[in-house]
Amino acid sequence: MLNSDCPPLAESDQGGPLLRIEHVSVQFGDNCILEDIHLSIERGETVAIIGESGCGKTVLLKAIVGLIKPSKGRVLFKGEDLQALDEFQLTCARRQMGFVFQGAALFDSMTIGQNIAFPLRQHTRLSDSEIEARVERNLYEVGLPRDVLNKRPAEISGGMRKRAGLARALILEPELMVYDEPTTGLDPIMSDVVNELILVTRQNHSITSVVVTHDMRSAHKVADRVVMLYPRRRLPKGGRQVLFDGTPESLDESSDPRVRQFVRGEAGERLMELRADLLDLTESRL
Amino acid sequence: MSASAPFVEPAPATVREALANYAADWGQATLDGLAAIGSIAVFAGRMARWLVTRVPPRGTLLPIFYQVGVLSLPVVALTGLFIGMVLAIQGYYQFSVLGLESRLGAVINMSLVRELGPVLAATMLAGRVGSAMAAVLGAMRVTEQIDALVMLGANPIHYLVVPRFLACMLLIPALTIVADFTGILGGYIYAVLILHVDHYDYLRYSQEFVGAFDFFSGIIKSIFFGGTIAIVSCHRGFNCEPGAEGVGRAATAAFVISFVLILAEDIMLNLVLDAVYFTFWPSGPKLL
Repeated sequence: MLNSDCPPLAESDQGGPLLRIEHVSVQFGDNCILEDIHLSIERGETVAIIGESGCGKTVLLKAIVGLIKPSKGRVLFKGEDLQALDEFQLTCARRQMGFVFQGAALFDSMTIGQNIAFPLRQHTRLSDSEIEARVERNLYEVGLPRDVLNKRPAEISGGMRKRAGLARALILEPELMVYDEPTTGLDPIMSDVVNELILVTRQNHSITSVVVTHDMRSAHKVADRVVMLYPRRRLPKGGRQVLFDGTPESLDESSDPRVRQFVRGEAGERLMELRADLLDLTESRL
Repeated sequence: MSASAPFVEPAPATVREALANYAADWGQATLDGLAAIGSIAVFAGRMARWLVTRVPPRGTLLPIFYQVGVLSLPVVALTGLFIGMVLAIQGYYQFSVLGLESRLGAVINMSLVRELGPVLAATMLAGRVGSAMAAVLGAMRVTEQIDALVMLGANPIHYLVVPRFLACMLLIPALTIVADFTGILGGYIYAVLILHVDHYDYLRYSQEFVGAFDFFSGIIKSIFFGGTIAIVSCHRGFNCEPGAEGVGRAATAAFVISFVLILAEDIMLNLVLDAVYFTFWPSGPKLL
């Protein structure tokens, strides 16, 4: 365990699910993105959240780590309600979470080495040599050469940035890793490298992972449970946003045609539906 | 149906409906305005809390101080020099008609230390540094770097805003002094060396008319301007809309809002400082 100022998070941690999402709704102005999402994620599980663009996958991910406050419902991390925590406690809770952002979100003003060392400098009192050793170890783990340490994020490729983001998220040895579309924008080989890294990370660190993706190959490879979200605006009144919650193998056998359509990547009548939506919008404005 | 037809707002059917729409638009604009003021006030409050409770993070101050102070020096000095010269050109003709060209130094230097020095330094800072701050923070917002800071245990207000606020507030007096100095120099060069105003009169009337209070009132004003530029620019950056256009709009808005607020603050601070001045020196300075 790394040396830290943070007190142990929760006395309420009774060893139940690591994460409980209880009837969470998220609304921006009049636009309701998520409605009544109820999920429980067990320790050690890797859950892929799939769904088409705009269905609220990333919003759910940010609600899980407390970057977005739910309008209704609550998120419990190790039994602790994130919304009830003060700023310091929330920072301590986040210390146990690693977030790999879609575009890596490395700090432009720092070198890759400084980026990866950043969480250690924020949260621990390790010496410079210890920090350097840990940075190099994580760099090796994600397969990055030592010479990227002194480069800026703009000087390396997208795949390297993604792996550097993963190295930074892993450096505090978190219990929960969340990945926001980890393979988006990468070539097929690098996508698979990132998938392998997610698997290896889980094996080496016994981490619980939540992976947001719309890459079915990635979902099949890394997840032992898949949750499919559907855009709320496309749902009939009273319909549930979670269309599917099960193993990746059972995805193909789902009785819901919307799930099968997504898994097979078929447009179906979607273009016609989109045009019909446009006409409805027109009529409502006139 | 034409392509643009669907999005045309229907014309109000009755006068009553038109008036209701008009009132609703004004109501919405007022609400938006109040929300914007509230948002910036909350932002400034959070910044103030971090400013007094924790020292800025190690290694964040020096690069910002360099950006704000050292790199702004040449442009502030140059514009100060030109403004001093322009004042001499503009003032000379009017004063010479009245036979008062000997008083030119008093007017130029008073204008510079009380008004143009601080406002010019602030305008340059808002243009050069403020819009860059909004663009950098806006790009950090758009590329999720601000979210990453939060996830990695750093408070973005403490880490990004406090150092920028301190740099603007602490360094703008120095920039104002530079603008004052080069302005005075420019005015002197043009009035005395080119327009041949008497050197002795120019300096004597300047010395009699411009007091330490005038100089320090300019410095005091500049501190307020610096704080405003930092808060407005950082707030715009933090609330940047997505995309390149959002970043561009944040940078423009940072300059425009800062500039308007600088001038509005200038009026209010002048009223306050004049009231203070005339309380202590009721007779005031006399040009003649």
